[in-house]
Amino acid sequence: MPSRASRASPYLVVAILIATWWAVVRLSGTQIFPGPWEVVLGTIALAKDGVLLHHIAASLMRVAVGYLGAAALAIPLGVAMGWSAVAYRALNPVIQMLRPISPIAWIPLAILWFGVGNASPIFLIFLSSFFPMVVGTIAGVHAVERHYIRAAENFGITGLPLLRHVVVPAAMAQIVTGMRIGLGVAWLVVVAAEMVAIDSGLGFLIIDSRNAGNRYDLVVAAMVIIGVIGFALDVLMRRVERVDSVKWRYAR
Amino acid sequence: MPADIDARDVWKAYRLDDARTLPVLEGFSLTVAQHELVALVGPSGCGKSTLLDLLAGFQRPDRGSIAVGGQAVRGPNRNGILITQRGAVFPWISAWRNLTFVLDGMPEEEKTQRARHYLELVGLQDFLSAFPYQLSGGMLQRLELARALVVSPDVLYMDEPFGSLDALTRLRMRQELLRIRREEPQTTVLVTHDVDEAIALADRVVVLSERPMRVTRIVEIAIEHPRSMADPRAVALKDSILRDLGAIAE
Repeated sequence: MPSRASRASPYLVVAILIATWWAVVRLSGTQIFPGPWEVVLGTIALAKDGVLLHHIAASLMRVAVGYLGAAALAIPLGVAMGWSAVAYRALNPVIQMLRPISPIAWIPLAILWFGVGNASPIFLIFLSSFFPMVVGTIAGVHAVERHYIRAAENFGITGLPLLRHVVVPAAMAQIVTGMRIGLGVAWLVVVAAEMVAIDSGLGFLIIDSRNAGNRYDLVVAAMVIIGVIGFALDVLMRRVERVDSVKWRYAR
Repeated sequence: MPADIDARDVWKAYRLDDARTLPVLEGFSLTVAQHELVALVGPSGCGKSTLLDLLAGFQRPDRGSIAVGGQAVRGPNRNGILITQRGAVFPWISAWRNLTFVLDGMPEEEKTQRARHYLELVGLQDFLSAFPYQLSGGMLQRLELARALVVSPDVLYMDEPFGSLDALTRLRMRQELLRIRREEPQTTVLVTHDVDEAIALADRVVVLSERPMRVTRIVEIAIEHPRSMADPRAVALKDSILRDLGAIAE
């Protein structure tokens, strides 16, 4: 059990940050950049007419579709590449070449292919979260201890059941870590993707607030909300890491 | 009694490079009778684990024939289950699921009944839903044993099964293994470097030579259970086996 002081410490750090922010805004006498209180008022104003919820829902929906689509493809592909040396040799160079290309670089192509609707940001999220999950899954399968495979073979478990019931669970901890990183990147990218010509989402809210009369209180409010939701998603994924069938790897 | 293991004239060598090979077995033979427990003792690196791999079907011999339960061994199979020091119960599922998983395909009722029976046999009936990381080293070895027995193999191969346990737990596991064998005798090949363990458990001790591995001597252990290591017969046997192994001076 952490001590009371150490449990209070993160709140203290946040309080110090907000106080510093407030002091700097005050001392500099800036008219444009908002202090913490203006941001709170801005957030309340946004929340009141339901606009905020609308933007949050739009961003979360895009992340959900893009991310789950990526997971559905990346995990089976990662298992295949981790298990089969042939598949690994054939596909790994392409994966490693595509991986370092920033999702932002794909924006022009995304607009060209999918227009400016929902499909473009979803595609960008798909791309950005796909690679961490493929790479994590491959590494997880490569790290599966040989003696589990031998034990399974001893009991006559081979082929697809071996992959499904032994290889994937044995690699699950690293697969989940890949999924956690993937989700973080997906959330990072949704905002960037929404800054390009869309009419909803937290990214749109930031650009729109600036364009519509330099409402920096709303810009910062949106930034804070993005941060809080990103944090919440990570907490959620960490919970998954604590499920019994996943955490055995960390337990000993 | 019919032989459960019949290995005849088995040859095995590992290729080191184009010019050299490492001969491990050169015409090795061994038979083990049904329900017998045979202990293999020998210097480390002599090829005991290779032999178990061959018997269990994880490796193929270069020459010779290996039959287990009357059937030629062609690959890993449920006729012979191998347990090692390292342990290989699946850590991502519960104790219960470890047993029922290897019984998949069996009717539900029979599966449940078998899993329950063997977890009880090894004394884990109160830990059905425990995950392996929650069990102690000794309990893990019991679980491993239960999972091996639940498929009713013809033979059990144990490669230093208690090697990673502390001294006291190791002694307890010996007693456990003997108790389980009294209830359900099981043909067993036990590889160990602990001569005490071999004498305490085995019907026969096979003393092995350096590589290429040969049978130096086969020692019948005609001491009734429960055996005491202080028994003069046990002391004399231990002495002669250690002499064979060159562990004490002639």
